[in-house]
Amino acid sequence: MSARNTVRRLRSALPSRHAAEIAALVVTGLLAVVMLGFVVLYWLQDVPGFGVAYEGYRELGRGMDAALGTNVFSYPFMWQSIATGVFIGVVAPLVGSFLVHRQMALIGETLAHTAFAGVAFGLLFAGLFGFGGSPLLAALIVSTVGALGVNWLTKHTDSYGDVPIAVVLSGSFAVATLVITYGRGQTGIDIEGYLFGDIAIVTAGSARLMAVLTVCVVGVVVWFYKELVFTTFDEQAARVARLDVDRYNTLLVVVTAVVVVGSMQILGVILVAGMLVIPVAAASQVSRSFRETVYVSIIFGQASVVAGFAFAVAAGMPSGGSIIVMTVILYVASVLSPD
Amino acid sequence: MTVVRLDGVSFSYEETLAVCDITFEIEEGEFLGLVGPNGSGKTTLLRIMLGLLEPDEGEATLFGETAHLFEEGARIGYVSQESTDRGGIMPVTVGEAVRMGRFAAAGRRLSDEDHRAVADALEKVGIADLADRPVGALSGGQKQRAYIARALASDADLLALDEPAVGVDAESREEFYGLLGSLNGEGITVVLIEHDIGVVTEHADRIACVDVELYHHGDTESFMKSGALEQAYGEKKRVLRQSH
Repeated sequence: MSARNTVRRLRSALPSRHAAEIAALVVTGLLAVVMLGFVVLYWLQDVPGFGVAYEGYRELGRGMDAALGTNVFSYPFMWQSIATGVFIGVVAPLVGSFLVHRQMALIGETLAHTAFAGVAFGLLFAGLFGFGGSPLLAALIVSTVGALGVNWLTKHTDSYGDVPIAVVLSGSFAVATLVITYGRGQTGIDIEGYLFGDIAIVTAGSARLMAVLTVCVVGVVVWFYKELVFTTFDEQAARVARLDVDRYNTLLVVVTAVVVVGSMQILGVILVAGMLVIPVAAASQVSRSFRETVYVSIIFGQASVVAGFAFAVAAGMPSGGSIIVMTVILYVASVLSPD
Repeated sequence: MTVVRLDGVSFSYEETLAVCDITFEIEEGEFLGLVGPNGSGKTTLLRIMLGLLEPDEGEATLFGETAHLFEEGARIGYVSQESTDRGGIMPVTVGEAVRMGRFAAAGRRLSDEDHRAVADALEKVGIADLADRPVGALSGGQKQRAYIARALASDADLLALDEPAVGVDAESREEFYGLLGSLNGEGITVVLIEHDIGVVTEHADRIACVDVELYHHGDTESFMKSGALEQAYGEKKRVLRQSH
């Protein structure tokens, strides 16, 4: 009896579930803003006035390394990688919340393979013509075309919904293998980093691209939140209410392509779908409303990115695998948690 | 006022004729039961009425406008079996589901008036105390009420229901159809597709019986005497009425 009272007293001393979720969401948001600040200041460090603020970040990094006994935060390229990871931790579960509940969990996998073909084309193009831009731009274009292709095939063929997904997944990966093989002979391109995810392949340019994509994706989802929720929950009723369902379906698939392209640097092609799906699957186990599912998905996503990065750096392991293993641990914990 | 007018409407899915040369009207305040055997084109006809499908031939109008060009989605409330299936999986509260009824007409953010309309709709169908409960945790009957509340929240003039009570226990079904009857009594036009002809003849005041073609359109009494039931279903059918 006294043990039960103790548990009850401890529970009442803890912040309410809602307050804890809001606090975690605020921390996640602040972390994203701090990282966005770093990416912007790194870009503008030579502009008078911004250099001082950028030095503040460098100082903070050195201080963190000294305090933690690490050798990570003093280097700008690590900040870029962490920033990209933090952005992924926000946007992938945010978009995944809609995908999972439309039973489109595999679309991320498909678009990652399409983006991989885009990276292969981008690197080949860069090797052949000396183009110095990020291969992610090529990935973004090819992935968006792939996304629209999946959407078109789903609407205009009489097959089950997963058939166009399988066709585009296999087809784009097949094209990528051909381009890679041809490219190796011509330019010696090497894209294994994109297959498994690698902190080292995040350049200042790709971190900047991810920052812009993150702001755009969050803006689009917030702006069209109610339309996306309604079309996800009851597509037929949304059509009756005269929402342009096809437009919102296309929007969601294109936004997914954008998220996938940004995520593949850190997570790799093979694991990118995991970040879209697993935090949402975990959050759905413990959430009571859709809005709560979105919040908790982002919190779980961000926690996985931070813990996965810490493990990857400490143990010298790949970032993608480490982050996704963290999401799986959270998923298992959610499944096993009492109601 | 005529809410729905079908004039010689036909529609095919590629080579398969789904509905053929159907003409009838639904007046404001009417409770129309749409009956017919499986695959008879009931759902296709409802979709034509609601403007989701454009007829190959003939004309369908909704509130006086060509149905597929009709823009005022907030005037239509729609509930189908598919709605209730998704509600069992996706973590959405009753409040969230009913708020969707305001999405067609609301601005970027729901106003105080929108929230009041949602609260009123929940109150009207008797589930105000369930607003924070996940839809998936409701009983079949409560789920139906939640979807009706969504339709009411939009201030719908027309309620279109496609077999909304499949899998709901008999008592909840009766309560549900009682609720529909009282909403109809307040002036809301109701179109109901229902496989249980006994329920339809008991609650609807007019019946359209289709099997690709229109076999009968008229009041319940004339339907029972018309022989349309046997014609449409191709066998002798007897309507069982429940006693209460």
